[in-house]
Amino acid sequence: MSVLTTFKPPKALSGKEFTYCPGCQHGTVHRLIAEVIDELQIQGRTIMVAPVGCSVFAYEFFDVDGTVAAHGRAPAVATGMKRALKDSVVFTYQGDGDLAAIGTAEIVHAANRGEKITTIFINNAIYGMTGGQMAPTTLLGMKTSTCPYGRTVENDGYPVHVCELLKETGGIAYLERTTVNTPQDIRKTRKALRKAFTAQLKGLGFSLVEVLSTCPTNWGMNPIEATEWLEENLKREFKVGLFVDKVGDDQ
Amino acid sequence: MAVNYVEIDADRCKGCGLCISVCPKKVLRFSSSFNSKGYHPAEQHDPDNCIGCGFCYLVCPDTSVTVLKETSKAGT
Ligand SMILES: Cc1ncc(C[n+]2csc(CCOP(=O)(O)OP(=O)(O)O)c2C)c(N)n1
Ligand code: SF4
Ligand code: SF4
Ligand code: SF4
Ligand SMILES: [Mg+2]
Repeated sequence: MSVLTTFKPPKALSGKEFTYCPGCQHGTVHRLIAEVIDELQIQGRTIMVAPVGCSVFAYEFFDVDGTVAAHGRAPAVATGMKRALKDSVVFTYQGDGDLAAIGTAEIVHAANRGEKITTIFINNAIYGMTGGQMAPTTLLGMKTSTCPYGRTVENDGYPVHVCELLKETGGIAYLERTTVNTPQDIRKTRKALRKAFTAQLKGLGFSLVEVLSTCPTNWGMNPIEATEWLEENLKREFKVGLFVDKVGDDQ
Repeated sequence: MAVNYVEIDADRCKGCGLCISVCPKKVLRFSSSFNSKGYHPAEQHDPDNCIGCGFCYLVCPDTSVTVLKETSKAGT
């Protein structure tokens, strides 16, 4: 009689318990990134830059080198690291408030310069950490603590589509939007992350994977309702799919 | 013969229920007891019907699930 482990947490995680709320998909995406780091055998040369937001302590949860940047500035910090340490694999992990509000300039220019870094962008359509304020990605009509009657075009403009904006920048090598609700979606996201890191390893340019993610706490739902709400609402505004792929199939 | 089963780290689990909702064989449920965080953790109540698909592992946001397979010498 022998016992085989068929699914177990990846080595590139530190093993520390995540500080996220029950059902929060930040944790799911952390695990997938770590699985890809294991698969590509790059743990020893990977450096991560955590954001400001609920994932501010993300560098604690991975067993790789890492730091945390000022709000929105992770791509600028990552640029410096990668240019100084060309053999390293550098990724930023950023929320929608971090990346698409205060950090808009940094992400657009890092992408346009074709920095050989990878960004994982967690779009939960809200500022999770600070108590559920409106984000640039908040849906029209969606209620948050700073738009208690629902977001309106008149007051707040339109939800920002990060992938659609970035796909026109010349330096993009890989760009995809995914979800992590079902086991099938999770496998697709892992594939996208693997390709994004492969783009960096091959020196092809900047890569980004946007993951539509739940924030059960600030959406005011239980974790399962939040996955359903994401399917019905977030996915309607933000179309999942591949935007740019200069990597090809030869992984 | 292969026997599949899962181990759930009850103190790590946050009782979100996502694993229970995706299990195709409905062999997971909330425990009636509380863990150290005050949640009802998930537990496998019917391991005989687990097919080892790993869906519970895949959706768990808190890396609380390990999927295992027991194989006898006679075969797989
Ligand atoms: C310069 C600066 N401005 C504002 C804040 C307050 N702040 C902290 S987190 C955050 C937004 C986080 O939202 P998001 O990036 O979507 O991450 P989430 O928590 O949703 O994962 C803000 C505005 C800050 N820490 N620093
Ligand atoms: S507030 Fe939202 S994004 Fe932050 S940990 Fe909780 S569920 Fe996750
Ligand atoms: S491995 Fe599959 S069948 Fe077994 S408990 Fe997990 S989800 Fe259910
Ligand atoms: S998905 Fe993970 S954290 Fe959620 S109930 Fe199942 S084992 Fe617990
Ligand atoms: Mg957010």
